[in-house]
Amino acid sequence: MKVSEIASTEGFGIVSLPDGEREICGVYIGDLLSWVMGRAKADDAWITIMSNINIVAVASLADVACIILAEGVQIDKTITETAQAKGINILTCTMPAYEAAKTFFGKL
Amino acid sequence: MSDTLTFHFDVDGENFTSAGQASVQVKKNLRQLGFDPETIRRVSIAMYEGEINMVIHAGGGTADVTVDDGCIEIVLSDTGPGIANIEQAMQEGFSTAPDNIRTLGFGAGMGLPNMKRYTDYMHIDSVVGEGTTITMKVNY
Repeated sequence: MKVSEIASTEGFGIVSLPDGEREICGVYIGDLLSWVMGRAKADDAWITIMSNINIVAVASLADVACIILAEGVQIDKTITETAQAKGINILTCTMPAYEAAKTFFGKL
Repeated sequence: MSDTLTFHFDVDGENFTSAGQASVQVKKNLRQLGFDPETIRRVSIAMYEGEINMVIHAGGGTADVTVDDGCIEIVLSDTGPGIANIEQAMQEGFSTAPDNIRTLGFGAGMGLPNMKRYTDYMHIDSVVGEGTTITMKVNY
């Protein structure tokens, strides 16, 4: 499933989408950044409520397909700009992480 | 690859929001050199964890990366407080990070274990009150 497909799914919104063709191969849910770097796999969709600037670097280094901000979490404009510049996809949704993850069920 | 390439970075200990710049730059360099994604991922995550540690605990430091035939070496040096008990520090979940760091999503006690997890060799040389040097190697 491509990031652009999930972005256009009802309930999801786009924060930054510089690489919508990126394929999602799994899902990881977590907010502690070192756990994410230790456990998330490349090409995962990373669902989190963490919203500081460091999520962009973590997503880049862990090579995840996208960040999905759950629970309607908002981020600063500067983070959005950084993500866009660094090629990091960020989506948003008002759903809790579990509900967001269920969207992928049977589609990966 | 026959030539040895070296990269040197000064890690700013004051600015937490820009922490990780050296790792992101190394990731870019390795990508340009044509390394496979998993090798890049291992090197850049291990280095990022080390960078973050230097920012949290040591007020910054230096990072030197050497790309050699078959091996990428990362050496992180600081003049911070040192690690009193390395065995304890290597345990998953053990952390001495302050609460304000935890609110940023760090300080979970996974930094050093992740550095070991993603590298083929890791050695910590630390003297309390003088500083810490960590050497890591990733074979490719």
